[in-house]
Amino acid sequence: MSRDVQQKLEILADAAKYDASCSSSGSKSTRAGSQIGSTEGMGICHSYTPDGRCVSLLKILLTNYCIFDCQYCVNRVSSDTPRARFTVGEVVQLTMDFYKRNYVEGLFLSSGIIQNSDYTMEQLTQVAKDLRQKHRFGGYIHLKTIPGANEKLIEEAGMWADRLSVNIELPTELDLKQLAPEKKKPEITQAMHGIQEKIEETKSDRNAGYKPPSFAPAGQSTQMIVGATATSDDAILATADELYTAHELRRVYYSAYSPIPHADAALPGKSPPLIREHRLYQADWLLRFYGFDVDEIVVREDRNLDLDIDPKLAWALAHREYFPIDVNRATREQLLRIPGIGARNVKRMLSIRRHHALRTEDLKKMRVVWKRTKSFVITADHNPSLGDLDRQDLRQLVTPKPKQLTLFDAFGEALKGEF
Amino acid sequence: MHIVTATDFQDWRDTARRFLWAEVPPESLRFNRIDGQPSLFDGGGVNALPQPLGSVKRNAVPRPFLSLAETVSFHRDSGRWNLLYRILWRLTHGEPNLLEITTDDDMHRMATMEKAVRRDSHKMKAFVRFRKVDRDGVEHYIAWHRPDHRIVKRVAPFFARRFKAMHWTILTPSESVVWDQKTLQYGSGVARSEAPDSDELEELWLTYYGSIFNPARIKTSMMKSEMPVKHWPTLPETKIIDDLLEDAPRRVQEMIERNEGFQRTATDLIQSQPELSQRLDGVRELAQQCQVCDLFRESTQTVFGVGPTTAKLVIVGEQPGDSEDLAGIPFVGPAGQLLNDALQQAGIDRSSVYVTNVVKHFKHTTTVTPLGKKRLHAKPNAREIRCCKPWLEAELDHLSEASVIVCLGATAAKALIDPGFNVTRQRGQVVSTERCNQTIATWHPAAILRTPDKALRLQKLQQFSSDLALAKKRLE
Ligand code: SF4
Repeated sequence: MSRDVQQKLEILADAAKYDASCSSSGSKSTRAGSQIGSTEGMGICHSYTPDGRCVSLLKILLTNYCIFDCQYCVNRVSSDTPRARFTVGEVVQLTMDFYKRNYVEGLFLSSGIIQNSDYTMEQLTQVAKDLRQKHRFGGYIHLKTIPGANEKLIEEAGMWADRLSVNIELPTELDLKQLAPEKKKPEITQAMHGIQEKIEETKSDRNAGYKPPSFAPAGQSTQMIVGATATSDDAILATADELYTAHELRRVYYSAYSPIPHADAALPGKSPPLIREHRLYQADWLLRFYGFDVDEIVVREDRNLDLDIDPKLAWALAHREYFPIDVNRATREQLLRIPGIGARNVKRMLSIRRHHALRTEDLKKMRVVWKRTKSFVITADHNPSLGDLDRQDLRQLVTPKPKQLTLFDAFGEALKGEF
Repeated sequence: MHIVTATDFQDWRDTARRFLWAEVPPESLRFNRIDGQPSLFDGGGVNALPQPLGSVKRNAVPRPFLSLAETVSFHRDSGRWNLLYRILWRLTHGEPNLLEITTDDDMHRMATMEKAVRRDSHKMKAFVRFRKVDRDGVEHYIAWHRPDHRIVKRVAPFFARRFKAMHWTILTPSESVVWDQKTLQYGSGVARSEAPDSDELEELWLTYYGSIFNPARIKTSMMKSEMPVKHWPTLPETKIIDDLLEDAPRRVQEMIERNEGFQRTATDLIQSQPELSQRLDGVRELAQQCQVCDLFRESTQTVFGVGPTTAKLVIVGEQPGDSEDLAGIPFVGPAGQLLNDALQQAGIDRSSVYVTNVVKHFKHTTTVTPLGKKRLHAKPNAREIRCCKPWLEAELDHLSEASVIVCLGATAAKALIDPGFNVTRQRGQVVSTERCNQTIATWHPAAILRTPDKALRLQKLQQFSSDLALAKKRLE
């Protein structure tokens, strides 16, 4: 490939690095008739970059030209970032070439808006269509739909892609109005709704014994920028919860906004936004897999998550009356609420205790975070000194020592859903 | 003591089953250390296997055990066969629930081994890097990989399914496998030197790898834990990690510079003096000091809007031209003349109208003609428009009685109606915008003047007049 493609790749991959979603997940089976590519073994990270993040997809923009002017976005029309544009053929070729060498699991394609929403959406769809039809590509394809694009176009995109995403962009309608006046919440949720309907239709056709063409088998996801406005975490989580329940989204990605108003400001990534992003992911897991309700997760008065401790621990400290929990008697729901114990360990505990009573040793072998857990549980041989839960300094006692660079370990942890 | 061998899982299973039938306890059975090689102590190999005692007893083992054991069989640890036999024995001798007791020592060891094999297999799926070579016009994809365990047979079928229509080969120090689009053929280990050492596409891959990472978030320990350094020699992209780290501070700086200034708009200036910005006159005064973008340098003065605060009609142009820059008043040059005439024709008194521009400073290029220097109008770019927009917003904030806004030309229409606005197609329509529910866009008078084709120019002029007439009608 030419020098020209290399330069474009440099610009259009660089522009895509702000996108939080990176994984390939959710497609249950590989498309019939595929010659190159499969979606089994999804979620393979083919490489890791020095920022500690996984490279699983060829994540690029078709173009970073954009007629919109959303303030949180580097590609906004008023940005003087260098611009480039791939042709449909170039993206197709690049995807095939990378895939055949086992560099990636597939393609994550998004784009700035050129000419208009429909035109841009057509181009994105064309890439996926060519990959599937001309190259019989069976790998993962995630297309980011363009706000305001015609429903028919999105429907067609869903035929070729494994996953579609419609970015909610900002947590509330007011935030959108402030920072992305060209984007409208009803438009966004309507697009999500359209995709969801189509997914369900496909499902029910299949259940009825028909063989409908596959439609976004990996479902839909969305991305939300946090920290660009003063909106609090509980409003953010309420929006996420609404998206999970009302539109059956598979995933909400949170992306910390890094404002760099003046050269002397903190470098992006060094300051609280990252840890906040991380806490939101943890809270998100509590919503989806730990049976927490959206209105109980945030316990602080300012309606933000605690940055120092994980949200489950914060909840436990605020609800000491629920503890200690006897691990040999408690229900699954109760076990899930114990700080330091993850969902996988809860499952293990439930099966072990059918055979013998759980002792401290068992928990330690399961690698529960004993230091944190011990004040909250009763095991066959451990009863927390009764005073523990009444101690003023319990918080200090169970708070993990702040380590300078633990964020990414914790981040990986959060993505896996362990606490 | 019985001493036996096992080459692979199937072999172990057959052997173990026989000893189990013969009720040989784990203490009396030892699997040989060397895989697949008969050893000195091996008392005659398969012949030495005990024959079943009487009627064959069915030893039921939980199904998950078999799949766990199969995974563990790929582990390099020579003690794995003995461990599996011991667990098998315990499962069939009074501990049928052993699998669920994950904290048991044997179970723990098996789980650790199983996890190691699974992780190694996962890393193989991830870190195999094919290199394309041409063999007599046929493409072959060849990889060299160094797994920890003997997992080639475990993972190869995955690659066969994934790269069905490709000829490929995976080489490792102790095993190898070839796929010819039909069958998998296994062979012995191969030295690294036998594998191709480059691929034309690697440069692009490195470009991608270098661009997709965020230089402001460095976390090499995370990278190393997920991508163990022992695999680095077979991963082309790891060659540039040092360079990327070294270059990261420069890239962060560049990110900052590129972002710097977006937030610094006229808003800061407006907010800095609340007493002044409460009045339109005050805002006008403040705007005289604006140096937010570079346009102020080349121009004579800020050209702010003019007209009464009680104006019902607001006209917004693009930016001041040569004459306006010198006069400090919008629409006083040839384009202004045309506007005045058209307003008069439509029965609108210009002094009752508020006239302004999207950008407040004159942007131009200079050319030297025989008659001297000439300043040629240049289009403001998106960034300049953004920087200047707060002034327009502040003006409109003070024009509380405005009921119609007329945008002259694309720049104004894009700023106030829709970034995708097309004047040719969408002019002359009354649309509702966030600012004003009667917003109309029409030609910019300067664009009319510059239209070379006479008929076309006349047509535009007529449209311009009728759009203004429409505005007038909407005022009533
Ligand atoms: S063009 Fe606008 S933003 Fe730029 S210096 Fe002039 S008044 Fe300020």
